[in-house]
Amino acid sequence: MSEMRERITRRIARELEDGDVVNLGIGMPTMGADFIPDDIRVIFQSENGFVGMGPRPPKGEEDPDLVNAGSEPVTIKTGGAFFDSTTSFAIIRGGHLDATVLGALQVDEQGNLANWKIPGKLVPGMGGAMDLTVGARQVIVATSHTTKKDQPKILPECTLPLTAKGEVDLIVTELAVFRVTGQGLLLEEIAEDTTVKEVREKTAAGFSIAPELTTFA
Amino acid sequence: MVKIVDKEQIKQLFAEGQRLMIGGFIECGAPHRLIDLLLESGVGNLTLIGNDTGFDDQKSGQLVVEKRLSRVIVSHIGTNKETGRQMNRGDLEVELIPQGTLVEQIRAGGAGLGGVLTPTGIGTPVAEESRTIEVDGREYLLAKPLRADLALVKAWKADRDGNLLFRYAARNFNPVMAMAGDKVVVEAEEIVPAGEIDPNQVMTPGIFVDYILQNGGEGASV
Repeated sequence: MSEMRERITRRIARELEDGDVVNLGIGMPTMGADFIPDDIRVIFQSENGFVGMGPRPPKGEEDPDLVNAGSEPVTIKTGGAFFDSTTSFAIIRGGHLDATVLGALQVDEQGNLANWKIPGKLVPGMGGAMDLTVGARQVIVATSHTTKKDQPKILPECTLPLTAKGEVDLIVTELAVFRVTGQGLLLEEIAEDTTVKEVREKTAAGFSIAPELTTFA
Repeated sequence: MVKIVDKEQIKQLFAEGQRLMIGGFIECGAPHRLIDLLLESGVGNLTLIGNDTGFDDQKSGQLVVEKRLSRVIVSHIGTNKETGRQMNRGDLEVELIPQGTLVEQIRAGGAGLGGVLTPTGIGTPVAEESRTIEVDGREYLLAKPLRADLALVKAWKADRDGNLLFRYAARNFNPVMAMAGDKVVVEAEEIVPAGEIDPNQVMTPGIFVDYILQNGGEGASV
């Protein structure tokens, strides 16, 4: 995992609470137990059909029938359960997920998310992302702050086809944590090695700054 | 009544232009032996209803690579580059549907429903292709039922009455597709005598199943 991803993952792990049922979308590393404090139990759901997802097994113990939604080998924890795709999406859509973490091509100040299609270029499809954003209580976007070409990904308004309209609650990048509010974005935290000035330069969307702005490592 | 049939009998079920549901989630839980037989049968111009189009270097993906499909109704094509290439050339019609909507459309097809109402996709391009229906002040999209000529299903164990068990994450779309095909064909890793699967544990009742491939998986015997 790159340093950037690790930092984003570590920060997101702090959002999760004891007993939460959480789905990590494709593109997000299998967070595993590494970033979850030992004193809380978080139940990971995988949309291909189980709850109680555990970390990658030791080499040689992979099972082709036990993979996550990104086809990576994983394990099942004690208390876990397998089910078919209708049950999986009843969990996702039916309000039984406390949080989902998804990647972004673009995200905007109204809480809109685009991550399934670049017309004419890349059309992977939405998979379960539209259901996850509609159904999960908290929608957390995990993304690099800018594109590989240093273009802002946090915009006044998404220009790509939307995955979700107004569903995003929190945006976590390697530089900043924004909460999506009825009045636009609120900058709640910045990384310890950046400044509000740098965040502003790299963010196309407008945002206000929380009175008690804190830092994260 | 369930029939246990051999490879040649399976091949005779396939026909040009059929609409097929194929279970699996990016190859996991996909009926690879049945897909082999489908490829061997030489039929094409098929419509695929499934979660995805597999990996271009693995079994399910070969239906695209060998150009057997003219249309796919799936939630994701990102793992098979050939699907995108054929789509961009105009050789393959691709209909992308949110995964939770797709599985409910299949369930509706198998359960005799006229469709389902889902909030998924409201405010996105998906909504432009669906009817919007308001229920108690909330907007939903109408997702119509899907059925298929054949559903190809992968089970872990099948008994001779067609009762099925699935293993780990290989269950995914298989049980719901077993309800939505005019004919349902099962590849099982193991075929066991009737009664060997505890009725309390059956995941798909045998009444949905029409054919089971003999010696379906490695080590399978009848």
